[in-house]
Parts: sequence; structure tokens; C-alpha cells
Amino acid sequence: MEKDQDKILNEVTQSEYKYGFVTDIENETIPKGLNEDVVRIISQKKNEPEFMLEFRLEAFRYWQTLEMPKWGHLNIPEIDYQDIIYYAAPKQKATLDSMDDVDPELKATFDKLGIPLDEQKRLSGVAVDAVMDSVSVKTTFKENLAELGIIFCSFSEAVQEHPDLVKKYMGSVVPYTDNYFAALNSAVFSDGSFCYIPKGVRCPMELSTYFRINAANTGQFERTLIVAEDDSYVSYLEGCTAPQRDENQLHAAIVEIIANKNAEVKYSTVQNWYPGDKDGKGGIYNFVTKRGKCVGENSKISWTQVETGSAITWKYPSCILIGDNSVGEFYSVAVTNNHQQADTGTKMIHIGKNTKSLIVSKGISAGQSQNSYRGLVKVVKNATNARNFSQCDSLLLGDKCGAHTFPYIQVDNKDSVVEHEATTSKIGEDQIFYCNQRGIKTEDAIGLIVNGYAKEVLNKLPMEFAVEAQKLLQISLEGSVG
Amino acid sequence: MSLEDIKTEPKIKFLDIYQKNIDDIQNGSPDYINKIREEAIVAFEKLGIPDKKNEDYKYTDLNKEFNNGFKMYLSPKNIQFKVDDIFTCDVPDLNTKVILLLNGWYYDRENLIHELPNGALIGSLQAAAQKYPELVKKHFAKYAKIDKEGLVAMNTAFAKDGVFMYVPKGVVIEKPIQIINILMDDEEGFTQHRNLFVLEENSQASIVVCDHTLSRPNFLTNSVTEVFVGERANLKYSRMQNEHNGSKQVSNLYFQQEKNSTVDTNTITLHGGLIRNNVHVLLNGEFCENNTTGLYLNDKGQHIDNYVFMDHAYPNCLSNQLFKGVLDDFATGAFNGRVLVRKDAQKTQAFQSNNNILLTDDADINTKPQLEIYADDVKCSHGATVGQLDEDALFYLRARGIDKKEAKLLLMYAFAHDVIKTIQVPALQERIQDLVDKRLRGELSRCNSCQMHCC
Repeated sequence: MEKDQDKILNEVTQSEYKYGFVTDIENETIPKGLNEDVVRIISQKKNEPEFMLEFRLEAFRYWQTLEMPKWGHLNIPEIDYQDIIYYAAPKQKATLDSMDDVDPELKATFDKLGIPLDEQKRLSGVAVDAVMDSVSVKTTFKENLAELGIIFCSFSEAVQEHPDLVKKYMGSVVPYTDNYFAALNSAVFSDGSFCYIPKGVRCPMELSTYFRINAANTGQFERTLIVAEDDSYVSYLEGCTAPQRDENQLHAAIVEIIANKNAEVKYSTVQNWYPGDKDGKGGIYNFVTKRGKCVGENSKISWTQVETGSAITWKYPSCILIGDNSVGEFYSVAVTNNHQQADTGTKMIHIGKNTKSLIVSKGISAGQSQNSYRGLVKVVKNATNARNFSQCDSLLLGDKCGAHTFPYIQVDNKDSVVEHEATTSKIGEDQIFYCNQRGIKTEDAIGLIVNGYAKEVLNKLPMEFAVEAQKLLQISLEGSVG
Repeated sequence: MSLEDIKTEPKIKFLDIYQKNIDDIQNGSPDYINKIREEAIVAFEKLGIPDKKNEDYKYTDLNKEFNNGFKMYLSPKNIQFKVDDIFTCDVPDLNTKVILLLNGWYYDRENLIHELPNGALIGSLQAAAQKYPELVKKHFAKYAKIDKEGLVAMNTAFAKDGVFMYVPKGVVIEKPIQIINILMDDEEGFTQHRNLFVLEENSQASIVVCDHTLSRPNFLTNSVTEVFVGERANLKYSRMQNEHNGSKQVSNLYFQQEKNSTVDTNTITLHGGLIRNNVHVLLNGEFCENNTTGLYLNDKGQHIDNYVFMDHAYPNCLSNQLFKGVLDDFATGAFNGRVLVRKDAQKTQAFQSNNNILLTDDADINTKPQLEIYADDVKCSHGATVGQLDEDALFYLRARGIDKKEAKLLLMYAFAHDVIKTIQVPALQERIQDLVDKRLRGELSRCNSCQMHCC
């Protein structure tokens, strides 16, 4: 049986990353390197108002004073920030009136990825904002949403058309002083998605951003801003892929969410950046700052993430629970295989009274990967009656990988209850045996067990995504027990 | 003075003291120890005193504490007190062999080393280093490495005395050894003592350590204890910390366990201004078992920080950590437990648990249980909770006519009992049970005014 498992493991680890193709699209890029001029050029290319340039320059000057943090449980090779192209845009006509104007090559790319850019595909019922390299390519269903007063567009469009909103909310959750990569992103971000749900509106469809890195030697720096006004609801999806390349590419994004009174925002990610080959060559460095702020009473932000890609993942989607009775949730499945590294988790900062948070994190490590959960639950003095429960489990497949848990719990008042639980174990031989006995192949049995293990999180994903995530898990893991 | 100077001041001060008093420091120690001192001071210069930027010391700022003008005890100070009068160190039904350390110095200067008939040795480390150089040389500074921890390096450079115990192969010491650290002086003092306990194969011993302050002035302690537990040896190590609120202490406890050995450690913290307990355990062979438990009951402005590093270097070992605490008034607490399972340490079982009760809004707790696992066939878990007494249980008791205060006490007592029951010496367990009960009732408000002269 051992041999069988090894064989399956080999087959699986050698399975190809199916999104690894490169699209041959003419790109408009600027020269490599980073300095004030580059920041100015980006701003100029995007025809931005003065306040944006100011913001970028301040962020850039601040970034220059910083050093790259080293505290992660990660082995990050030196990154040469002068060797990155900070702006790459697929060349296209200035404005797109209909689907026919989209570069067919580009359209083919997204078709290949299974992203319904075509508005005919109403069945899927998902409004998509596709971001290729650094630029938003096409936002679908925009008009339908506009009827409800929902603004869903690319970030640059928002800067042009709704500068007051952008000015008000940009950087209010993740200021550029937040951390090294937030500062870098704030200086050079090129595009992203903007979403505004007005008061009392329940967004009728899932909104989605699809990120694709295509050009070589570029970094992708996008920014997502979601504002949910009082009594509104939105469910937001994010997906990402990148071509197979030998060099590492940097992805440093910012996601900011603001939930006002009684609003609910659900943010789901299926992250499938190119993870590098089985020898650990290439792959994306995914250093993202994601944070939501529950400003209003009874608001709720929920993060769901399925992390299967990236050579290195380093991110902590967090919730700041300011409004009384607000709720933060975090569901995560992080899978690492081969030489992947992940240091991910969440932060729940309880500030308002009666705030609640729930953390469910499932780590799965295989191959020679290192998978860490790092999380903070902080209850400040005034956050009376706060409640948190955290569950962080790790599953080890193979004897060369590592699984680590670093929870931080800080409680400053007596009325709060905080609980943390974590277990680490390998797949039960008895469970596999049980399946085998009933005629289920080892490979399928492991798929079953892993999916069962991750079910609690996968259940939180919107239907479409759940199916994709489940498939991804199969690909990344099946048979990885050595 | 620039900012940099202020930051490094305590370090520079100690380096300066070392250079100025080098003769006094080296006096009385054999050359091999003085050689290690030289290496240690170089390491200390590099590492310094850990500040809050050091992840392991995030919640305890030691630089502030070490930045004082406390006098160091470079030679034993002659302080007279009649042991029997003021210190009836009495655990009913517990027959112990008592060793006294006064301000870090072995107290009984007349009789520095006891040679027991079965070959075991108990006595002053300084004297043992000269009388049994081979024995001390083999183990001294081998487990508490100077190149990792600034405070260990500092202790290694400065420490002159402490307790040495040697239990030869196959010897079982029936009577628990009781070591009482007394801090007593009419001025403020800084003590750094060093203990070394060696248990050879198949040996067995039980050690009870008590920390006390017997006079008002503030004290600072930075101690290092190294324990070698040979194959199939068995050690029970219990600690009682009961110092007044003006005392600050950092204790560094290092265990190295060989194959099939078992160690049980309990740390009961009843009082102390600032206490930082570092426990490092290296499971250096297969089938080791380690149980490390702790209980802390803090109030007023006290600060307690427990750090445990459990290093599973070999397969098939079992470790258990259980730390529980009740924080009252504006006391602060921290727990940092780290379990490392090395690459080939398969079949490891490691469990870790930290439970806290906060009684007021001003008390706060930071807990950080960590698992670092590089082997796949393991069973590891950790849990941490912060909460209050169970309302339902409280109601249950009150419904049966028990008043609120008493009901709360009962529940806290039950909470603490999980740790107390892990104390393996029955008489001591009973005694500590009693002390904890008194402590929770507030009858044990300050050690040096306590009439029981406990432990």
C-alpha cells in the first residue's frame, strides 16, 4: 500500500498547473524599476486627480523609510524591487462599448480560464470585473447593477467618476503606513475593483473580480475597495491565476471593506496563483493586506478563503469590529504542496460591545511545504461581552512538510470569552483502510477525507466557487499520503 | 545621551560591572568556569537583555527592571537570622532535606557539601566545582546555552554559587530535597544564582524549590537551573513562588532528558511583583515523558509570564503542558508555550493547554500557545481559553444555599485543582492545596507578613 500511495503521490505532484499558459497580447509596459518618477508616470497614465498622486507619493516616501519585515515563518529570497515592472496593461482601445470591442485574444484567455466575460452567460449570474496584469479589462453587468444604485467598476474608473467616495474611503481601513507591502501598493497600485452598495440594497448577484498576471517580470498591485452602506448586503468573489514562469513574481494587493450599520459583506477568495514547479522554481509571492472594518452596529464581515496557489502566501484577512454587536468570521483552507510556503491566518480586533468572531482554519501540508497559521484575537477593555472561538486544525501528508500554529490571544476585560483550539495530525490510516475495504481506491479515499476535513469551510463558499475549490483540492492533494 | 545609549544602558552597566569586578567574580571559581565566564560575557555583549522587540519577551519588558542600581552579591553577605525562629519551614508530614540559599549563596558555610552514604552529593555549586571538577565540568553550561539567551549568558558570566546535586546511577533519594531561596537584606539587591542537578541513569529524586522574600527592600533575581536527567531516571520538580510585590524574578530552567526518562514539573506562583519563568525542555531520547504544569494567582499590579519551550528531538515522546491562572485587580499575565516537533520525531504526542480567568476589567492576559511541527505522524493539540467563572455552575451552587462569595471561591478552587492534583508528592500537594485556598480567600496577602512561613 505504501508503494501505491507513493505512486499516486508522484502522479499528483507532477500534475500540471492548468492555468499556466501565456497569452500573446501586446502589452504596454513601463521600464523596470521604482522611483518617484515611476509613481508619477503611473498616476499620469491613469489620468488621476491630484489627490491620488499626493497619496501615492506620500506612500512611496514612507515606503522608502521601511525595511522588508522578516518575522514570518517563511524563507523569502531577497526581492529586488528595482527589477520589477510596475505597470503593464494589455493594449486596447480607449473605451469599450460592447463585448465585441474586447481583444479576441484577451477574451479567449478569460474563456480558457472559464470566466464568463460574456454577458450572454447570464446563467452564471455573476458580475465579473476582470483584471489582467495591472488593469481592469472588463466589468460585466455594470448597467444592471447601476439600476439598483450599486457601483461596481474598476478602481481607475471609480477614481474618475466617484472621486469623493474614493477619497473618503481609500486608505481608511488599510492606511499606507500599515505595513511594508501596503505602502508599496499604495504607491504603485494600478487598478482593481471598486464596489459601493447603497443604503438598504441587497446585491442580487455575486460580484466577482478575476485577477490574472500575464506579462513577464511584472508585479501585480491592485486594490479592492468595498463599501456597504447601512442595511445592505453583498457577496464578493475573488479568483486568481498566473502563467507558469521560472522567475518569481510579486503580487501585493490591498483589499479594504467597510460595513456600515446592519450591513453584511461576504468576501470569498479562491487563490490559485502559480505555485512554482515541483522543485520550488518560480511561482507567485502573494503578500496581500486584506482588512474589513465593521463600523456600524450589527454589521458583519465574513472572509472565506481557499488558498492553493502561490509559492509564498503571506496574508491575514482581518476584521476590526468597531460597531456594537458586529460579527467577524474567517474560514480558511490553506493547502501547500511541494516547496510552497504559507503563513496565513487572521486578526480579530474586538472594540465594540457584544462583538463576536469565529475563526475556522484548516491547514493541509504535503510535499516539502511549510504551512503556518498565525492569528490574533484582541479584546480591548471596552469590548465587554466579546466572544471568540477559534479552531485551527492542521493535516500533515508526508513526513517532510511542516505545520505550525501561532495564535496570539490578548484579552483586557473580564466579560469576554475567548477560546482557541488546535490540533495537528496525519490522515488516519484507519480511515483510509475503512474506505479501501469498501472498494474505494486510496486516491479517492484521501480525496474524500480531505474534502470532509475542509467541508466546514467549503460550505461557506458560494455554490460555483465551492465546486471549483473542491476540484482544486483534489488536484493539489489527492494521494499525497506517503 | 542619545536614544541608543538609553536603550543599551543596562547592558553597558553590567559589562562595566563585570570588567571592574573581574577579580571578585572569578575568585573562588576554578579556571574552567572562569573560561566559560569569558565566553559568556562576550555572548552577553552581543545578545543583551531581551526587550519587547524580542518576540519571546513581547509582553514583559525586562530592560526597565534591570535598569536599577541594585547591589550585586559578589560574595556571601553575613546576615544573621535564626533559621528556626523566623522560618519554620514546615510542610506537615513531609520529611525533607532542607537546603537554604540566602541571596543566592549557599547558607550553611560550615558544611558546604553533604556526601550521602549512597554516593549522592548535595551542596554548594561553588564548592562542588572545586571538589568535583570532572563532574561539574561535564554538565556545567551544557544545557543552558549561552549563545541563545542574553539572560543565561549574563547569569553564566556573573553567577558564583547555587545548589549542586548529584544522584549516581541507580540511586533513589527517598526524601524530597527542599531548596529554599531566601531574599533578605536591608538594602535592595540583585541575585544571580545557578543550580545544577544531575541525575544519572535509573536514579530518582524529588526536589521542592521555594522562593521567599523575608525583608522589605526590592529584589531582582536572574537564576539559571540546569537539570540533566539520565536514561530511565525520574525527577519530580516542584516550585513555589511566594515573594513580595517589590521583587522581580527571571528564572531559567533547563531540562535535558535522556531516553525513557520522566520529569514532572509544577510551578505554583502565589505572589511576586514580576515573574518570568522560562522552562526549556529538550527530549533528547526516545520514550521520554514530560509533564509541565503551572498555576498562577495574581492580583494588584503583579505580572506573571510563563514561557515553555518543549523540544521533541526524538520519536515516541510524550509531553503535556497545563497552565492555569486567575488574575485579579490590575494584574497582567502572559503565557507563551512552544512545542517543536523535529523532523524525525514521529509518534510524538504533545499537548498544551492554557486557561485563564479574569476577575476584573483591569486585569489582562496575553496567551500564545504555539505548535511547530515538522513530522507527520504526530498527535499534537493545544488550547487556550480566557473567560470567567461558569454562570450556570455559580447558579447551581447558589440555588443550594451557598452564598455568592463562597460559591465563587469553590469554583476558582476547582479551577486551580487541575494543576494542584498534578503535584506528585502527596504531603506537598495537600499543603499547596491549603495555601491556594488561603490565597484565594485573600488570607495570604503578603509573604513577609504571613505568619505561617509557608511551604
